[in-house]
Amino acid sequence: MNSARPSAVSAAVRQGIAVGIATAAYGVSFGALAVGAGLDVWQTCVLSLLMFTGGSQFALVGVLASGGLASAPAAIASAALLGSRNAVYGMRMKPELRTRWTLGAAWLTIDESTAVALAQPPGRARRVGFWVTGLAVFVGWNATTLVGALVGNLLGDTRAYGLDAAAAAAFLGLLWPRLRGRQAVAVGVGAAVLAAATTPALMPGVPVIVAALVAVLVGVFNWWERPAAAVRETPPAASAPPGSDGAP
Amino acid sequence: MTSWQLILAASIACLALKVFGYAIPAHWLERPTTGRVANLLTVALLAALVAVQTLGSGQHLVVDARVPAILVSASLYALRVPFIVVVIAAAVVAALLRLWFGLA
Repeated sequence: MNSARPSAVSAAVRQGIAVGIATAAYGVSFGALAVGAGLDVWQTCVLSLLMFTGGSQFALVGVLASGGLASAPAAIASAALLGSRNAVYGMRMKPELRTRWTLGAAWLTIDESTAVALAQPPGRARRVGFWVTGLAVFVGWNATTLVGALVGNLLGDTRAYGLDAAAAAAFLGLLWPRLRGRQAVAVGVGAAVLAAATTPALMPGVPVIVAALVAVLVGVFNWWERPAAAVRETPPAASAPPGSDGAP
Repeated sequence: MTSWQLILAASIACLALKVFGYAIPAHWLERPTTGRVANLLTVALLAALVAVQTLGSGQHLVVDARVPAILVSASLYALRVPFIVVVIAAAVVAALLRLWFGLA
């Protein structure tokens, strides 16, 4: 263990806690939307505890809200496909963390913990940044999910309160920081058009999976790439102030 | 499939993907194509979810109060307004359009 400057470590702690507090606020919107989609309070809380990756959680309840339980396979596939980037983060964090607590580290591997960790100098500050952010987001996200689920239960007709529009805005907020570069914008536009165009023909939830093909095609053939494009997976918040956008 | 089975299956799948990242040799995902597809996959899925959540109603496409709400939220994100404020603003816009103008 190399001796990092204490200032670097305490900066990592401060950043991690700040990101945890900022992220906790979206837990309320997730809790309310999940209950609006027909889940009960317990099911909503289990999602935040066990799945613990915001994009996948929003996707699961979004597909469920439009297609009900009949769209379960598409709901699971959407959540898993969105969660696949966490595998890339895990691969990136493994040599940095050097921990025996693999399951705990994997559990806490999300956009925020990876972004805060990689924003610190290598060594102890990086490890502290990862664990503090992961734990702070975990505690905040789960507490506010419960609050949101309880509030959602009181609302009743969620459409009258515009919760369906809130869900669309939440997806746009997760997407926004990733729309950098021609390639990302082209994939975003293509996927949105394809999903809308196939909606009348396919079961609810399936258009989202079909739209993933746009990413595979563009990614494999590397269309619209920038000459000096950074091709390595980078968490979106890594160069911006961490936690300024997106959910875990 | 019950709601509980759905929740557990999806949660375990997502958790397994996280563990998978720590279990595989590092060089697997370092190929540029794999990293690029993983990045773009997130973009494509989120963009598709925005489209379906804004225009979809079961298997129909409809233009209702969600469309002005998402346009407002896009402008607010462009102005760097924080996530939670934008999400609430979108809900308020849709709710008020429905209340005042009887929009679907």
